[in-house]
Amino acid sequence: MKPLELTQEVVKLALELGATDAECTLAEGEEFSVSVRVGDIEKLQEATSRSAGLRVLVGLRSGSAYTSDLTPEGIRRMVQSAVDNAEVTGEDPFAGLPEREDLGQHTADLELYDESIRSLIASAKIDQARRAEAAFMAYDPRIDKSEGASYDSGISGRYFANSRGFAGGYASSQCSLTAVPVASLDGAMERDYWYSSARSPQKLDTPENVGIIAAKRTLRRLGARKVNTQKAAIVFEPRMARMLLSHICEAVDGDSIYRDSSFLTGKLGERVASENITIIDDGTLPGRWGTAPFDAEGVPTRRTMIIEKGILKSYLLNTYTAKKLGLKSTGNAGRGLSGAAYVQNGNFYLEAGRLTPEEVIRQAGTGLYVTELLGDGVNIVNGDYSRGAQGLWIENGELAYPVSEVTIASTLMEMLNSIEAIGADLEFLSTMAAPTLMIREMTISGS
Amino acid sequence: MAIADSYFARKFAVTENDLESYLGEALSQGGDYADLYFEYVATSAVTLDEGIVKSASQGVTMGVGIRVISGERTGYAYSDDLAPERIKHAARTAACIASGPSQVLKHGLMQGDKRNLYPVLTPPTELGLRVKVDLVKRADAAARAYDSRVFQCTATYADQVKQILVATSDGVMNHDTQPMARLNVSLLARQGSDLPQSGYSGGGGRVSFDFFLNEKTPEYFAREAGRQAIAMLDSVEAPAGEMTVVLGPGWPGVLLHEAVGHGLEADFNRKGVSAFSGRVGQKVASELCTVVDDGTMENRRGSLNLDDEGSPTQRNVLIENGILRGYLQDKLTTRLTGAPSTGSGRREGYQSIPMPRMTNTFMLAGDSDPEEVIRSVPKGLYCVNFAGGQVDITNGNFVFSASESYLIEDGKIGRPVRGATLIGNGPEALKYISMVGNDLKLDEGVGICGKEGQSVPVGVGIPTVKIDRMTVGGTA
Repeated sequence: MKPLELTQEVVKLALELGATDAECTLAEGEEFSVSVRVGDIEKLQEATSRSAGLRVLVGLRSGSAYTSDLTPEGIRRMVQSAVDNAEVTGEDPFAGLPEREDLGQHTADLELYDESIRSLIASAKIDQARRAEAAFMAYDPRIDKSEGASYDSGISGRYFANSRGFAGGYASSQCSLTAVPVASLDGAMERDYWYSSARSPQKLDTPENVGIIAAKRTLRRLGARKVNTQKAAIVFEPRMARMLLSHICEAVDGDSIYRDSSFLTGKLGERVASENITIIDDGTLPGRWGTAPFDAEGVPTRRTMIIEKGILKSYLLNTYTAKKLGLKSTGNAGRGLSGAAYVQNGNFYLEAGRLTPEEVIRQAGTGLYVTELLGDGVNIVNGDYSRGAQGLWIENGELAYPVSEVTIASTLMEMLNSIEAIGADLEFLSTMAAPTLMIREMTISGS
Repeated sequence: MAIADSYFARKFAVTENDLESYLGEALSQGGDYADLYFEYVATSAVTLDEGIVKSASQGVTMGVGIRVISGERTGYAYSDDLAPERIKHAARTAACIASGPSQVLKHGLMQGDKRNLYPVLTPPTELGLRVKVDLVKRADAAARAYDSRVFQCTATYADQVKQILVATSDGVMNHDTQPMARLNVSLLARQGSDLPQSGYSGGGGRVSFDFFLNEKTPEYFAREAGRQAIAMLDSVEAPAGEMTVVLGPGWPGVLLHEAVGHGLEADFNRKGVSAFSGRVGQKVASELCTVVDDGTMENRRGSLNLDDEGSPTQRNVLIENGILRGYLQDKLTTRLTGAPSTGSGRREGYQSIPMPRMTNTFMLAGDSDPEEVIRSVPKGLYCVNFAGGQVDITNGNFVFSASESYLIEDGKIGRPVRGATLIGNGPEALKYISMVGNDLKLDEGVGICGKEGQSVPVGVGIPTVKIDRMTVGGTA
């Protein structure tokens, strides 16, 4: 049976077995992964997989089940189990599926799947990984070890049907090339990495570029020292700025809001960031990593203004969290295979400014340019922020020397309100994106 | 006997001949070694939130992973369909990395030694969900009764039973039934109009359901989570800079996991990319420190009868009186380096290639009275609970985040502190340990370790220890 038909059959069976509403998700994937180290294949993995999950409502009670056993018996067991599980749950007046008028999907091509993903044969992928590794090994004699280079590609299919008439599915493709050099200086080693990812092989950066960027990133960490404990400016390179954005995303997640476990609870319409800050979630940008024609509940994705010129405009909501808060879903439902939907961002990004990264660093004057963050010392409930950091010291507005084994600390509230400079270098490398950002002052803890 | 009493023989009629034929297919292009990993996992979970049991779920995943090793090359494929032709197809895919004449199985499959570190009479997944719903309801009631300032509570109970069968071309065939259960309580408390503070507690292991009725009850976990959140209502901002740090017993053992454990995994060391590479026999910690990784402890979360490559788990001494003794090995690293097996080959599941991993990692107790340890500190930080940590294997830098800690002033425990991140360097940090308490405690059973995208359950433990110098990352 075709996957979409299977999801519809599952929904039908759930209704027959006593569910009053049902929603079924089916995910399938094909993956290929090869890593090369010291010129030879280290690991090669290839596989396909398929599994399904079901959530049912029996009145105001809900139950879930999932299985990778898609035989008719396996399916029937899953459906029966979901219906049975609903018996032990409590009545939740807010539980339910989206209303029919809220369901729908974009029909325009969102460029998530490129047939050419199938065109590259395994030996060509191995070759690309080899070239990326060779490029970083040849770049500088201080690069004397390798953690390898890898080429990963995959195709995934996602199908969804519910008892309110929605049925939809879409395929997406992805490939990526990653390089991980190790460099040494006076017996101390450093490792960093770089990667390129795309929907089709032709859009990947060249193996040589990936290898050389990885080499440069690794080399600039050599000889790192601690700095003294002090307050100073912090500049986040785009990949690190994106991590800051992920905390904001969690703080505007409807689940955190209705449960009163976010420092942004109750702040709609208020100023929560400096005026130069605009944050948008857009699940409709063609080809991007956070794009989909519909969310995990069958609601169309959309563009939502989250923070506009410093003012909090919207939370990220699925059907449940919207009902809890008396609002409308923003088409941001996500889901594993089973269970109730959670909230998931589309392309969540901070709007680019006009400065080059060098100008942002210049404006910082003295401080730390952060290229790596470690640990999870971020508390969305009260906004406390303290993470391990590595990067380069900024002196007289220029990058001076590498720094490691320090922490940076502040609160998310203060950080959002003291972003003084924003780069123009916004790039969508994942579902979150931010340009280079400069925060005027944080506490750096070192020696 | 042998395979006949395994789950896969009973449910899927897998025979010894089948296993030999799949291994034969895997070695059809040459290769030095092949193995099969059959896995069937049944799970159940219930979640209570805002006083309502909002979700109840059950699930099944199954499949087989096939690996072929040829020199330093690994080929891997899996199938979530256990039909013989699908398994053979996966075996041929994994075989692609080898090139040479087809290998014939040299050894017949032999049943490995049996033991049972976690006898569970009734698998938790067969109990039905009602008794589990009772647990989360009791946790919620106890959390709300603990203190009127507690205003949000989420309680989750989750369990699974994993059936595995491993067959290897070097003749090992072994199977295991691996139960796991866990109860978590997380809650929020608020004083007036201040920002809320959170508390978290949880535990379990490879235990029977009775564990939650008789040993660690929902009330026990709820009160602990409540205690943390209420304590943090009075908290001040964490200090910044280098200072003396005292770790409380139990979960703070996550320090060992991050600071030394990962750096001692043999895959990194084989490639020479760990800060601990080439340092066996050298001093990497104070002589007060003996660190052990033990996969053979009864009912612990990190324990296994056999690792995920069919080798028996062991008690491995990693650091003895400060001297680095050895690394954690899997089949590939023992093949390539000649080191003896440590039974440390683990994987998240049938879709994943095994790697050297930790099991239960802890430091042996010392002589000091824990109160005396605190009394010896004029000014410092006492950390009793952690949210998690991370390490950069190559330069050795690690961090971990203290979710509950207290200032120490004049040898006395003072105000609670929130949001302190500790940062240090693996081969250096443990050299500053100057006192080790006599109160070794293992964690409650909540550890999840992530490496290269694979999560596995682990345990940690530590007695009270004093670290003379460590960087604390706060704002004050």
